[in-house]
Amino acid sequence: MLGVALLVFREVLEAALIVSIVAAATRGVARRGLYISGGIALGVLGAVVVALCAGAIAEAVNGSGQELFNACVLFAAVLMIAWHVIWMSSHARELVQHMRSVGGAVKAGSSSLGMLFAVVALAVLREGSEIVLFLYGMAAGGAGVGGLVSGIPVGIIGGVAVGFALYFGLLRIPLRYFFTATNWMLVLLAAGLASTGARFLLQADWLPAWGNQVWNSSALLCNGSVIGQALHILIGYDAHPAGIQIAFWLSVVIALVIGMKFTARASGSAAATAPTASTRSTA
Amino acid sequence: MKRGLVAGLIGLNLLAGAAIAADMPEYKLVIKDHQFQPAELTVPAGAKFKVLVANQDSTPSEFESNEFNREKIVLPNSQITVFIGPLDKGRYKFFDDFHQDTGNGVLIVQ
Repeated sequence: MLGVALLVFREVLEAALIVSIVAAATRGVARRGLYISGGIALGVLGAVVVALCAGAIAEAVNGSGQELFNACVLFAAVLMIAWHVIWMSSHARELVQHMRSVGGAVKAGSSSLGMLFAVVALAVLREGSEIVLFLYGMAAGGAGVGGLVSGIPVGIIGGVAVGFALYFGLLRIPLRYFFTATNWMLVLLAAGLASTGARFLLQADWLPAWGNQVWNSSALLCNGSVIGQALHILIGYDAHPAGIQIAFWLSVVIALVIGMKFTARASGSAAATAPTASTRSTA
Repeated sequence: MKRGLVAGLIGLNLLAGAAIAADMPEYKLVIKDHQFQPAELTVPAGAKFKVLVANQDSTPSEFESNEFNREKIVLPNSQITVFIGPLDKGRYKFFDDFHQDTGNGVLIVQ
């Protein structure tokens, strides 16, 4: 039971952290609960489909299908987050103003928000398909029903609880800095996902390593530990990254910082004077 | 633009990778009864190599290592290829993520 709970917990944790950041970043948006649950449901459905197609994926592209599939999912998520982050840097101000004056939800029908919900679906799909394969193996391997029935909920509840803790922690950030903070978290999340994508392409021998283990901080914080794994998702932590992973990580951070500054300046000239009073939001 | 660059990079390295892959040393691991055979695999330091992992069980496994940073699912009765290295001398643990109590092994790099 413990083995089942632990594996389910680890996979759910990774997806839950991403969902929490997205949930925080879409604060103040009308009907986001519906969108987020829709993204999760779509991801669960996708996970089952991916697990069913695991054989075909594994055999594709001379046996590199798994790596390419993972890399594509990760890079798609990176592009969607990038789009949202750059869009937000020109809209955060009006969003905050609106939340202060009305205290309610913004009826933003932006395509950028749709992108973030796709990110939720992709995150759930990627982690979920591993859970499905693992549980299928457990069931087929004759693991007791008792172990599965007790292990699965424990793992899910544990992972989701950490996600909620992060979400409510983020909500404590003052509204003035809120979207700046969530935007930076999205930037680091995207950079980390890009680094993981690069690692998959390296594993398939599609990218050069540029130094296989540039540093080794596993004595400080191992990749396999729960904290190492959480930081891996949140900021792209890797105890011994390859040079190519660092290059992808840095490229995404630099590209997004430039993109954010550029769009913020372009829209900032129109609304130069923003109110600076820090009122607490009720949203 | 970024996507184009990535696609270009991948294309370039696909060519480069294919040329190198032909004479890369190969090592084989078998998963049977949720255990790795052999449980210790010796490989040379400073060279890139590939490991073929054949799963002879009727359940899926995941070949994974935190120490040389690889993870790949191995479906029942099938085989995967994982490119690893070049690594420094040392011992690198790997495991079956889906059967962690029985599926453990070490890569000995010397």
